[in-house]
Amino acid sequence: MSDAGLAARQVTVSYGRQRVLDGVDLHIAPGETVGLRGPSGSGKSTLARVLALLHTPEGGHVSIDGVPIRGARHRVPAAVRTRVAILFQSPRAATDPRLSLADIVAEPLRATGVPAPAVRARTTELADLVGLTPDLLGRRPHAVSDGQLQRACLARALVHRPDYLICDEATAMLDASTQAHVAAVITAYQREHTAGVLLITHDTALMSRWASRGVDLAARPASPARPGSADHRDRALSRRS
Amino acid sequence: MTATPTHAPAATGDTPEWPPLLDVDGLTVRFQLRDAVVHAVTDLRLAIRPGELLAVVGESGCGKSVLAHALLGLLPGNATVTGRARLHTAAGAVDLLGCGERHLARHVRGRAVGLIPQSPATALTPVRTGRRLLTETLRAHGHSRAAASDAAVRLAADVGLEPADLDRYPHELSGGMAQRLVTALALAPDPPLLLADEPTTGLDRPLVDHTLDLLRRRCDTGAAVLLITHDLAAARRVADTVAVMYASRVVEHAPADALFTAPAHPYAAALLDALPDRAFRPVPGHPPMLTDLPAGCAFAPRCGHRTDACHTQPDLARVATSRVACHHRIGAPT
Repeated sequence: MSDAGLAARQVTVSYGRQRVLDGVDLHIAPGETVGLRGPSGSGKSTLARVLALLHTPEGGHVSIDGVPIRGARHRVPAAVRTRVAILFQSPRAATDPRLSLADIVAEPLRATGVPAPAVRARTTELADLVGLTPDLLGRRPHAVSDGQLQRACLARALVHRPDYLICDEATAMLDASTQAHVAAVITAYQREHTAGVLLITHDTALMSRWASRGVDLAARPASPARPGSADHRDRALSRRS
Repeated sequence: MTATPTHAPAATGDTPEWPPLLDVDGLTVRFQLRDAVVHAVTDLRLAIRPGELLAVVGESGCGKSVLAHALLGLLPGNATVTGRARLHTAAGAVDLLGCGERHLARHVRGRAVGLIPQSPATALTPVRTGRRLLTETLRAHGHSRAAASDAAVRLAADVGLEPADLDRYPHELSGGMAQRLVTALALAPDPPLLLADEPTTGLDRPLVDHTLDLLRRRCDTGAAVLLITHDLAAARRVADTVAVMYASRVVEHAPADALFTAPAHPYAAALLDALPDRAFRPVPGHPPMLTDLPAGCAFAPRCGHRTDACHTQPDLARVATSRVACHHRIGAPT
């Protein structure tokens, strides 16, 4: 088997005393779309943050093309951490309200020392790709809709041409048309760059339409749900209803 | 009781047989920005009857959340609201848009009209546990201290929260749990009209269905719910009637079955085609800026049916059991 891909190996994460991930393995090959399912509180978002190199797991590690990554965030060299991008559910919580949409898209480029003319060119190119008009680019988050802001977040996620994109319920709060549009932009990007995508969604119709294969986080054998954990309760509820 | 919708007869009618609970007529909302005017809601006419679940759907930024906030007087200072929104309660009829802040605060918000806000993370007081928030709300609405505590647990169970969850602070709740808590808070005073602004955001499918069925049951016992959602599957599951909004206007208002099987407005049809279990094709083009709406039909620039007639704004005209604002509605005799 080839090493190419973004992988979680025996990843374990706890928040305080609550263990949310226990020895989880996941592999995303270049070009494929992996759908990650699981009830609320099963640790899907935590796994997404670990894979996006935003959270250091207590046990296990993330590897890219077989090379283990140590640490997270800025402890990972820029050339490595920009290979993975993440798109969150709530664009409002993921953007600085003081920045214009253009600055939100350009920020990761500036943070890695890209010269200003190149930043401008790339921002314009991406705005066009995701369908943001120049008028919208000058506005700040409070003056645009969630759908428009999520398009800016998508542009920001793609700004470094990542090899892997993690979508954590990225279209859950979008209307059907914007969802289809975001999915189309990501699919086109994926085809062009042979990028791997991890798709986290509760929407079974979207999952079966978009993902090339599905992985069930709740069914992980290594982690029996503890009584009283959010995971356990939500599953009990889903059986009832 | 099952979740089967009991469809209100011709619920979009202009000549109701009994007075609607809420009768919105000509509601128009404008926001004054520094250099532009946002046309958020334009000449909106809707009626909702007791027992009816009306879903308002549309693309983000079409003005559907503004509608809820306008009805409750929660818009910021730069908003201008015109029109009428008559709420008929046991105490008589009152115009929500003209009755003033004092009346809204004392008699309407949370009492006659409940709101499930869109963003639970910002709607919950961070320094109070869920139990404290719920009992506080119940006490404010006439429950005794002892009764409030029991009612809090019961309400929590209704929305799918365990009693133990109530002892958590908002930051200790997952997005879905916080959403269930704000739903419980809105249901606590048992308002005759509930405005549910995206009440299922962040919930997984079983909980979405659970919450929707809860709203449906409210309607089946005579309350009314205005469900604002971008989730067409949700609207289909529980709504009696669906109003599709586009660029600040209602373009089609129809019984749910009719809308989902045979949409008459080209925009409604295109929106349904974007669903992942249908064509999964986005509506072509981009929604217009609400600061710069085209003259005439706002959907015309994106519409395959457009002709010169579309330069004039079509009326929301009655067609069978629906109302449609289009010069070239689908299925019309040519």
